[in-house]
Amino acid sequence: MTLAERCRADFPILERRINGNPLVYLDSAASSQKPRQVIDAVRRYYETTHANVHRSIHTLGEEATALLEASRDKVRAFIGAAEREEIIFTRGTTEAINLVAQAIGRTIKPGDEVVVTEMEHHSNLIPWQMLCRDRGAVLKAVPVIGDGFLDLEAFSRLLSSRTRVVAVAHVSNVLGTINPVGEIVKRSRAAGALVLVDGAQAVPHMPVNVEGLGADFYAFSGHKMLGPTGVGVLYGRRAVLETLEPAWGGGEMIKEVWIDHAQWNDLPWRFEPGTPPIAPIVGLGAAVEYLSGVGMEAVASHEQALCRLTLDLLAKNGDVTIYGPRNPEIKGAVVAFNVRGLHPHDVAHLLDQEGIAVRAGHHCAMPLMRRLGVVGTLRASFSVHTTPAEIEHLARSLSNLNLML
Amino acid sequence: MLYSSVISERFRHPRFFGDLVGADAVFEDVNPLCGDRVRIQLRLADGSIADARFKGDSCAICMASADLLAEMARGRAIRDALAWGPDDLLTRLQANIRPSRMNCVTLPLQVMKGALAAVRAAR
Repeated sequence: MTLAERCRADFPILERRINGNPLVYLDSAASSQKPRQVIDAVRRYYETTHANVHRSIHTLGEEATALLEASRDKVRAFIGAAEREEIIFTRGTTEAINLVAQAIGRTIKPGDEVVVTEMEHHSNLIPWQMLCRDRGAVLKAVPVIGDGFLDLEAFSRLLSSRTRVVAVAHVSNVLGTINPVGEIVKRSRAAGALVLVDGAQAVPHMPVNVEGLGADFYAFSGHKMLGPTGVGVLYGRRAVLETLEPAWGGGEMIKEVWIDHAQWNDLPWRFEPGTPPIAPIVGLGAAVEYLSGVGMEAVASHEQALCRLTLDLLAKNGDVTIYGPRNPEIKGAVVAFNVRGLHPHDVAHLLDQEGIAVRAGHHCAMPLMRRLGVVGTLRASFSVHTTPAEIEHLARSLSNLNLML
Repeated sequence: MLYSSVISERFRHPRFFGDLVGADAVFEDVNPLCGDRVRIQLRLADGSIADARFKGDSCAICMASADLLAEMARGRAIRDALAWGPDDLLTRLQANIRPSRMNCVTLPLQVMKGALAAVRAAR
């Protein structure tokens, strides 16, 4: 039995029919579907355990706190962080990046520089734009060249003693390019810059070890890795986190408070003001367990095979243009493409009639769309439950498109 | 047929696509949903829209909506055109547009009104 065949029964939503056809969900890069194990963990939490965490001197509060902190330990192990204090729960990747931008922002001076790349999702671009605007800093972008790779020579030229932060996607949400984060970290560190990696498209699809990568910050979302919406993770290297003031204030992030000042709490709670999204965090813990059970090496090779099949089948269609690297071995679990003469939204609408869900549009990466010279693209993305038959169905439907519009 | 024969026909063979020589009202905007860009050019005379053309890289619905709007606008009083709402387009497009695609219908309308507002402000 293949990995997908084993996993499919775990996803209740796959029983749905869309416009009379079985659901073919090829939009996991936008948000993944949830296995029963995650749904059950959230339901069980609300039905048996819910209370506020950390300061409740009663059984439910203690149990809820234990569940939340257990999720922290699971996430720590899953991404290979050295210490649990380095795992900060946020509401998602976007909030994690904003947290870093605001915390670091306090130390940024006019003339300092931030380096991003042309392939960033808006969530790893706009927070830095806002930071640079507010602090009089300069934003620079590493160009995308060839089939969708970062121009590393240009990157080296952009780095200087003024560079304070380098913010880069681990895996492009459009091109699928797996960026050489280790090399980027090495060069950035030599220039004295901190590195934030947007891992939203990496953690759900391949083994990730943050210690090995060496980045100072690594952000990702629960909902793209089979977990609930409303929870994300910011990994921060302890030595760096300890130097930063909290981004936001509130309850839970303090030790002692007076009217005119306060003493901050220890890591990681210093960066977690307010009641956290407890149920989503519990669900994220279940998602991590699920993915660990399947094995991230197995997930990566399963999705690489799907990627190869998609690239092969789409290449046979003369009307289809593919964007991003053609070699699935250096690519994440997404394939972006366009169909000649048809707008991506019309194609997505047509595919929906067949029950096929794909993403269409700019994928929150407008500068990259401009670089590719397109308004938008279609994007098929995969998960543990995706089968080769579903990819063949997509390719067949794309061949019949013109008959339908 | 995915949308309607009106949309399909206007998408394949738009009648008012292109540049308008001597335009005195030009406006362009973007659909935040998809990044689609529509540009509408109008020639005005005596409180009326004498001629209209559109340009843009957009989906079939948006293209058909812009083409239909240009046709509707030609020869009409500015006051009338400013009063048009989404329903004026929807009935003529003869299509059931799902909520996620309504922006594709209304973007050309917003752009045309933007062009007229810009002219009014300039005067």
